[in-house]
Amino acid sequence: MKDNLQLNSEGKLKHFLSIEGLPKELLTEILDVAESFVSMTDQQIKKVPLLRGKTIVNLFFENSTRTRTTFELAAKRLSADVLSMSIATSSTSKGESLLDTIRNLEAMFVDMFVVRHAISGAAHFIAQQTAPHISVINAGDGQHAHPTQAMLDMFTIRQIKKDFSNLRVAIIGDILHSRVARSQIQALNTLGVPEVRVIAPKTLLPAHVESLGVNVSHNLNVGLKDVDVVMMLRLQKERMTSALLPSESEYFKCFGLTEEKLKIAKPDAIVMHPGPINRGVEIESKVADGPQSVILKQVSNGIAIRMAIMAMAMQKQGIM
Amino acid sequence: MLDIADLLNKLEAELKQTIIQRQLVNPLMIGVRTGGVWVAEQMYQSLQITDPLGLLDISFYRDDFSQIGVNPNVRPSQLPAQVDGRDIILIDDVFYTGRTVRAALNEIFDYGRPNQVVLGVLIERDGREIPLSPDCVGASIILNKGQRIKLTGPTPLAIEIQTLTVVA
Repeated sequence: MKDNLQLNSEGKLKHFLSIEGLPKELLTEILDVAESFVSMTDQQIKKVPLLRGKTIVNLFFENSTRTRTTFELAAKRLSADVLSMSIATSSTSKGESLLDTIRNLEAMFVDMFVVRHAISGAAHFIAQQTAPHISVINAGDGQHAHPTQAMLDMFTIRQIKKDFSNLRVAIIGDILHSRVARSQIQALNTLGVPEVRVIAPKTLLPAHVESLGVNVSHNLNVGLKDVDVVMMLRLQKERMTSALLPSESEYFKCFGLTEEKLKIAKPDAIVMHPGPINRGVEIESKVADGPQSVILKQVSNGIAIRMAIMAMAMQKQGIM
Repeated sequence: MLDIADLLNKLEAELKQTIIQRQLVNPLMIGVRTGGVWVAEQMYQSLQITDPLGLLDISFYRDDFSQIGVNPNVRPSQLPAQVDGRDIILIDDVFYTGRTVRAALNEIFDYGRPNQVVLGVLIERDGREIPLSPDCVGASIILNKGQRIKLTGPTPLAIEIQTLTVVA
């Protein structure tokens, strides 16, 4: 999927739909801008006036806690007016009803849509169809992409490891169903991480996964060796329609991250997880709550990174 | 020709006088990035400021966001102490339209409610667009159309008047 749609004629961010197609400089700029939003928490009034008078609609056709609330907080801290809508997906004529929803909201003079949808490409579709002054941010579409999650992960990695150029990163778990993993892999590769590994059973890997620019391992004990960053994925039970795994306990035995297994990675390795975590399925509580875990830091950073992306996408809309 | 040492001395002398006149108590000094910080660093010690120098980046408070967008070089503001009830000396390099100071005041007030704010600038030039003015200045000058003041630093701190050429 080509993403030139994401940039305006000057190469600035217009929509944020996928990491694919965005240059390293732009990703770095997002991380840099987010840095300044982190320190804003020192302010008594935790708001900046950048998006005053703008209206942002969170369109969530799929459940979400962290992503929706952090997008909402981020919009509010930018002084935007924000409307969060949870819309149950209708099973028929999705394209048409989606477009109707968009047209109705456009008629209410909104400036930005933040979209989560179970169908891959939904945010792209909206970006193509919507009025030219409106920006669209993808908050997760089907199995395709979750680019703001990937960016908050990159931000967290840079915060702790300082530099991407000497890291070994492992992504573990259900790569097949994971839009998070796809965006993470693209972001890590764009930012110049020399080695990205995916560790998963064969049944949870997409075909030709190597073509994404990763090394593949089916063994946690081997794959974790010398790793600086361990990125866990949730076992997406609700997406598993066919029997891809013998059982959850079997999965935990082979691919669950335990204190013991974490010792195979570098001693200063950090453990990440996009949430929600399945304790005892993909990760042991001792690890999730342990000293190497940065899971809650990821959540906090999610606000700053979403502020940066929303602010950058809303600039120059007047003269587009 | 503007002499940087003269300007700094003059501003420092005016600030000392103002501290007495306005009865500033243990003032907190805040420099506006980037030039204002350089100027503030020059007189921070001789004014016997006790708190660390505050650094203010006004990028998120600018009024031209919709025209020019987010400054990609934005850096975090660092204010050293609670500003509630404090006397503040705000320092910038050049006072021109007044818009930077408006943004700076708005940002400071989001950190708390200061007791009073004194504004010191190295150079005040013509071209004000909003009703604000500095309390202490190193010099007040009038420039020709197309001229601007450029401060470079931090060491050595230097100032020059540039004449802009229009690129076709």
